[in-house]
Amino acid sequence: MIRSTCFPLRCVLFRFFRSFSREVRTDHVRECASKPDLTREASLYVHWPYCLRRCSYCNFNKYIPRENKDSIMTECLQRETETLLHLSQVSCITSVFFGGGSPSLADPSTIAAVLETVSKQASLSDQAEVTLEVNPTPAGRMKLEGFHLAGVNRFSVGVQSLQDEDLRSLGRDHNSQEALQTIEEARRLCPGRVSVDVMFGLPKQTAASWEDQLSKLFTVCDDHVSLYQLTLERGTQLFKQVQSGEVSMPAEEVTAEIYQHARETLHQHGFVQYEVSNFARNNSESDHNLSYWRGKQYIGVGPGAHGRFVPLGEGVVAREARTQTLEPDAWIREVQQMGHGTRRRILMSRLDLLEEVLVMGMRMAEGISHKHWDVFCPQMGLREVFSESMCVQELLQGGQLILDDR
Amino acid sequence: SGPGRNPSPKKGNVEIIQGFRWSSSLKDTVDLSKFPADRIRNFCIVAHIDHGKSTLADRLLEMTGAIAKTGKNKQVLDKLQVERERGITVKAQTASLFYDYGGEQYLLNLIDTPGHVDFSYEVSRSLSACQGVLLIVDANQGIQAQTVANFYLAFEAQLSIIPVINKIDLKNADPSRVESQIEKVFDIPSEECIRDACIVHEPFKALVFDSNFDHYRGVVANIAVLGGRVKKGDKIVSAHLRKTYEVNELGLLRPDELPTQKLFAGQVGYIIAGMKEVKEAQIGDTLFLQERPVDALPGFKPAKPMVFAGMYPMDQSEYPGLRSAIERLTLNDSSVMVQRDSSLALGAGWRLGFLGLLHMEVFNQRLEQEYNASVIVTAPTVPYKAVLSSAKLIKERGSEEIIIVNPAQFPDRSAVSEYLEPMVLGTILAPDAHTGKIMNLCLNRRGVQKNMVYIDDQRVMMKYLFPLNEIVVDFYDLLKSLSSGYASFDYESAGYQAADLIKMDLLLNGHPVEELTTIVHRERAYTMGKAMCERLKDSIPRQMFEIAVQAAIGSKVIARETIKAYRKNVLAKCYGGDITRKMKLLKKQAEGKKKMRRIGNVDVPKDAFINVLKRKDK
Repeated sequence: MIRSTCFPLRCVLFRFFRSFSREVRTDHVRECASKPDLTREASLYVHWPYCLRRCSYCNFNKYIPRENKDSIMTECLQRETETLLHLSQVSCITSVFFGGGSPSLADPSTIAAVLETVSKQASLSDQAEVTLEVNPTPAGRMKLEGFHLAGVNRFSVGVQSLQDEDLRSLGRDHNSQEALQTIEEARRLCPGRVSVDVMFGLPKQTAASWEDQLSKLFTVCDDHVSLYQLTLERGTQLFKQVQSGEVSMPAEEVTAEIYQHARETLHQHGFVQYEVSNFARNNSESDHNLSYWRGKQYIGVGPGAHGRFVPLGEGVVAREARTQTLEPDAWIREVQQMGHGTRRRILMSRLDLLEEVLVMGMRMAEGISHKHWDVFCPQMGLREVFSESMCVQELLQGGQLILDDR
Repeated sequence: SGPGRNPSPKKGNVEIIQGFRWSSSLKDTVDLSKFPADRIRNFCIVAHIDHGKSTLADRLLEMTGAIAKTGKNKQVLDKLQVERERGITVKAQTASLFYDYGGEQYLLNLIDTPGHVDFSYEVSRSLSACQGVLLIVDANQGIQAQTVANFYLAFEAQLSIIPVINKIDLKNADPSRVESQIEKVFDIPSEECIRDACIVHEPFKALVFDSNFDHYRGVVANIAVLGGRVKKGDKIVSAHLRKTYEVNELGLLRPDELPTQKLFAGQVGYIIAGMKEVKEAQIGDTLFLQERPVDALPGFKPAKPMVFAGMYPMDQSEYPGLRSAIERLTLNDSSVMVQRDSSLALGAGWRLGFLGLLHMEVFNQRLEQEYNASVIVTAPTVPYKAVLSSAKLIKERGSEEIIIVNPAQFPDRSAVSEYLEPMVLGTILAPDAHTGKIMNLCLNRRGVQKNMVYIDDQRVMMKYLFPLNEIVVDFYDLLKSLSSGYASFDYESAGYQAADLIKMDLLLNGHPVEELTTIVHRERAYTMGKAMCERLKDSIPRQMFEIAVQAAIGSKVIARETIKAYRKNVLAKCYGGDITRKMKLLKKQAEGKKKMRRIGNVDVPKDAFINVLKRKDK
């Protein structure tokens, strides 16, 4: 298999593209994409675009609604799910993820409705992972049971930080106490299937304050932790604050230290880092996310959702990269008119597909096995494609990359 | 007092012209045959920069009616945009004036000259056509370096020198002090020396002291007629090339061209004779009539470039545009030396030789303003020499002593018996108070003091022998700033001297960056090496591993900077939509890397070379 020995590894990846384009020919697109396993199943992503407030760092596709559009939104989500499932002709949905925005603002009936629509057209196993992102406010906490009854069997709690000061400056609408209580409730309902999202590299964060947080976290967290570095995105309030000098981000050295420390501590507590940002113990890895990184198909429903699947229903035989219309009102209109609100569809070439397989695969600790590669590129093995490259050789020699027989 | 009278300047008897009274006589049609030699005067105004030459020229033009008297006449003879912007004269211009004196009309040919040290060549040329000079000295500043320089030029050319003290109405003006300075410094000999330059019935003989190229009419040569006469239709010959031309047009410069039928001995004007290239009207050349050949006049030494700089287009696609801009600009400035050159980092370009830093800056500015060309200017280098000891190399290069302009040409120490660097003799004039600091500066620049004398009770004149490369970058600026602007500087070439030169390489993780190799004196190697390493460090983005930036002489590393490895990765989410964005970002990066130059395992952006090589902004 081929895998990176070090996280971070992003910088490595561009080099592959050089050797890639020479090797890969495009006439095998058809063959590759129509591999039966790949096109028969998909995971489903559903986007709930509404939020009550805007966090200062967030640049996701989210909107603060002026009026309650929940029921029309729910209807349209159902409609689009139906349309796209039909288009993809998948027979099985392997996992479902409700993201946003703040999906925990939606009514549990929305969740139930969407899941029902899925079940009508494809098989959705009882064991299939159904995740809901939760904003840990008291209101959110109270709805957890409802969501569980509606079919959610995994909660991803957006804790971000356990320092109240941080939460305030990030514009979050909860405090650390509320977050801890939410985690508790989630664990009650879905033991062993609760994930906690935490951010590091926050303004004014130090290695010491991070230590405190971690220890608090370990007293309450379940078996899965997602660790993200705060990224400054253009157009966010935080970006402007940093630009104007109002807020300063911690130095690179500090951030790197924090990350390393987190890795070590998590490891000590039995967590295994199975992806760049994700840690799990007791087999609690996220099926849904793993399927992204393993290059499986996914169908994106809702405003701004992304998808990667082969629209066999239209006679297309190659995978497409699809994006749904971003703005909720526009999306609603399109779904009502045409059954779905797909704004962009780009046919992926074989090279495109393999590039994604490579980049996503390298995020995982397991890397890309020969078998996995074979699914997407039966004509040429990993060694054939990569071992000749100068860059790869340099990385192998430098110990930053492993290429072996697994 | 008026023009043309030698003031018999003995000590204590220096005549000072403190005002002017001229009659104006405006004549549209000029009958030049009525000006015998003794009623013609060719003169120049020379001075240190900003002492008021061009303003005086303006007033003379106004007063003699050559230009209308309005309040708006400002440096009329400074026609180039760059001249107007910088308030300096770059090219000498000529104007003919008519003046009534003692019932007779005189023809006065005035040649305005640049004051800056870089343009002293222009001054030499102009002086060769003159009989006398008005040497202007600012009553407040007193004698400055260029005052001295110009005096010597005029003195050596045996011209009458009339000192003029200017700006006496300013608050801090001290004319008496300046008077005594002039006595002390110039020690003007008492012989009267009005040069009797020409006799009318001799064969036609003219000196070419300047030339321009006009797209429609060809080469326009500025000449001083030193004997005989010439008219339209005459067949003239250039002594230098032995080529014959027919005179198409000729006339005076007032300062604009005024065509006439003939030009006579003693006059200064222009001539168009079907020459196609500026090279055909060589500065210093002699022109004579085909049927009456004469001995060539002693010409003068061609302008020697003192400062070199590389000029490259921003992008190779702009090369043809830049080439044509440089060609057109050098048509009118024959003192710029042009050589093709190429650099690994920057592509095809040129190595240009200038008379000085200002000359180079003005050239660059003119390139941008008049020809819309944008260039990368690389650090100036000077022409080194080496005396080869290897027979093989001597044969290869064609001679024992070779000039090295490009570091790639630097021969190895083992094949060389001696390296040489160009030297200059610099003259610094400064107030006493700054002497210590200035001496320190000169010492730091490997200067050797040759002379030091007090020219009055407040000011010192120092002469230092410097290696040229020590002063070409920022010596002048530093001198000015540590003397609060009072010090002045002039220099002249002083041959070559043996020097301990070495070739310094820049390395990235052990791999040499060829385009950044420099020739430097051993004493300077560390400072230069360190500065280059720092600049290079700031120009290269971090990579997955540590990068060692080193300056080395041979195998010995003399300076080092380290670029830390990139630790940060953005550990953000990577699901669904993020995937699209991430792929886009990575591909963009991959594209970016393709444009970089790979040295060893380091990716170096093109900007990096430019940043290290380019001149520091002031």
